[in-house]
Amino acid sequence: MSYKMHVLVCGGTGCRASASQQIITRLEESLREKNLEDEVQVIATGCFGFCEKGPIVKIMPDNTFYVQVKPEDAEEIVNEHVIKGRKVERLLYKDPEKKEAVSDSKHMGFYKKQLRIALRNCGFINPENIEEYIARDGYSALAKCITELKPEEVIQEIKLSGLRGRGGGGFPTGLKWEFASKYQADQKYVVCNADEGDPGAFMDRSIMEGDPHSVIEAMAICGYSIGATKGLVYIRAEYPLAIQRLKIAIQQAKEYGLLGQNIFGTDFTFDIELRYGAGAFVCGEETALIHSMEGHRGEPTMKPPFPAESGYLNRPTNVNNVETLANIPAIIMKGANWFNKIGTERSKGTKVFALAGKINNVGLIEVPMGTTLREVIYEIGGGIKNDKKFKAVQTGGPSGGCLTEKHLDVPIDFDNLLASGSMMGSGGMIVMDEDDCMVSVAKFYLEFTVEESCGKCTPCRVGNKRLHEILDKITQGKGTMEDLDTLRNLSRVIKDTALCGLGQTSPNPVLSTIDNFYDEYLAHIKDKKCPAGKCKALLMYHIDPELCIGCGLCARNCPVDAIVGERKEPHFINTAKCIKCGACMEKCKFKAVSTR
Amino acid sequence: MEKIKSLADLKRIKENVQTKIDLREKSEQVESLVQIKVAMATCGIAAGSKETMNYFIENLEKNGIVAVVTQTGCMGYCYAEPTVEITKPGKDPIVFGHVTTERAEEIIQKYLKNDELVADIIPVNFDTIKDR
Repeated sequence: MSYKMHVLVCGGTGCRASASQQIITRLEESLREKNLEDEVQVIATGCFGFCEKGPIVKIMPDNTFYVQVKPEDAEEIVNEHVIKGRKVERLLYKDPEKKEAVSDSKHMGFYKKQLRIALRNCGFINPENIEEYIARDGYSALAKCITELKPEEVIQEIKLSGLRGRGGGGFPTGLKWEFASKYQADQKYVVCNADEGDPGAFMDRSIMEGDPHSVIEAMAICGYSIGATKGLVYIRAEYPLAIQRLKIAIQQAKEYGLLGQNIFGTDFTFDIELRYGAGAFVCGEETALIHSMEGHRGEPTMKPPFPAESGYLNRPTNVNNVETLANIPAIIMKGANWFNKIGTERSKGTKVFALAGKINNVGLIEVPMGTTLREVIYEIGGGIKNDKKFKAVQTGGPSGGCLTEKHLDVPIDFDNLLASGSMMGSGGMIVMDEDDCMVSVAKFYLEFTVEESCGKCTPCRVGNKRLHEILDKITQGKGTMEDLDTLRNLSRVIKDTALCGLGQTSPNPVLSTIDNFYDEYLAHIKDKKCPAGKCKALLMYHIDPELCIGCGLCARNCPVDAIVGERKEPHFINTAKCIKCGACMEKCKFKAVSTR
Repeated sequence: MEKIKSLADLKRIKENVQTKIDLREKSEQVESLVQIKVAMATCGIAAGSKETMNYFIENLEKNGIVAVVTQTGCMGYCYAEPTVEITKPGKDPIVFGHVTTERAEEIIQKYLKNDELVADIIPVNFDTIKDR
């Protein structure tokens, strides 16, 4: 007897942090109590993407999508939905514009424009069960490659598909495989780069947590194409759930004979091991990654030689990012000509983005290349939080730049983002509103690069430090016009002379904010003002004597006794004592406290 | 654990495990499939709707009909329980009353296979909020 109903519960890191594991336990308990455990199956899946509204519980076959479910809701779901067939209204997603409940995810703005290729199984299958992956045509692509195609035919197919590396650089994947296949050696390696380091990006983690077999299958396909028998996944140790799921998946693949010797009865042999990284940003750069795997310092080296010629243990090595790999089985199964019809002329397929910042629908989305920023931010992302004004979106992480209002209708792809002064990067998108100060944003990213610089080359080690100091000076209100020129010149020098991708791109946030928000820099330097009101040093708190009724609430809450005034008389702030904590503004019931 | 040694092995395993996710794959494309909703409120269950639902699930496949069987709440036709609403792709839903397992078989053979209507169809004669 098969199950009549499937209850899918998100088991990604985000939803687990909001007790999705307990939801599963409570659902199962409740079903057992009602003798329904043989009719209704509860399944922990990977990430659904709609993290803003997590934990997600989806009931099939009626496609009901419950949001922000708590463990104590489990019983009601069983009693009402499972037994009586009545939807639990209060747990349905409410369309913020129409104010009505939407029960089917297909009708939600968040999902409407999405096309899920890399995330095809995330939130659909149980990632810890290889059979569910096989039922979704899993490992058929590997079977097709090694039993029907020659290695060069596989490479040709990937080249034809137009797939480009999703880790940041956008290098054509097929070409990379071809290079690695050309070199002869006693041993070659396939490396999966799972060292996801951009602040705010979590697509690789979600793929490994939600669909680990797709990565394993793709690595084996790559191994067959380039003539490698060993695969290594370089994954950061701070991704414990992804590591656990990958381990289970590798173990299951071995039990089924899909990894190991004589796969599908051929003489193709392939094995995968995990290597843990300590979470250094620079180790996402392939040469640094390889050194780290070898047990050396995670420092990059000059290319050439490229890893395709001399990589891990000086053997030909092909390094691909997780999301890139997750696309491979789909391309093999559906054909390069299916894939290359999706997307734009030079960027094929889809891209996964992690939406974060001041946006309503924070989460993980996958859209065809060529979708505009406006569609992503306003339609899928549901617009800016609290109806504030959109100011900028930062893409490409610390190596990228800021895009503004005028870029909203640019179709997103590798080349357009570069032309607009940012980059694709790994797909982090941090949305900023009118309350964000762009000088501070640039400073934040520089802080990150200074922290993460390995220190091997001078431009990156010293240059970025100086950039950070100048930005700090500007946010303190001590900047001069010469500083702006220095920022620009120094940035160019670092870009031209740094050793690896980290240094070559680290000034991007500075340059792009100067280009797009020159007035804001000017306001900091000339007027000594921060238009967004973020830079504390430039802020003055002020009490409007017209509005103040002299209740004394602000004075009582001021931690440094900077507010003085008689009862029932307007109060004043002693600016010399004020530490600009904002407590008075928060407490005032009459909106008498303001900043200027 | 039996190892997969050939493409045929993989295909065989795929067929065996397909049922595990069949229900999920079908629900992704409900619009293009026959949808069968069985009213499963207290009155429906007391009248045997559970048997009816099981009968549909077990026998549709035998007859080569791809359908999504769901349960729903009380439809209000308590006098005609068990009631079942069937929507064929692109057609208006039809509600059948008194659907015992024998009648379920009749519906499968006549309506689902040959588009032939059977007795005891309940005319839907109300509007919902959405129509107004």
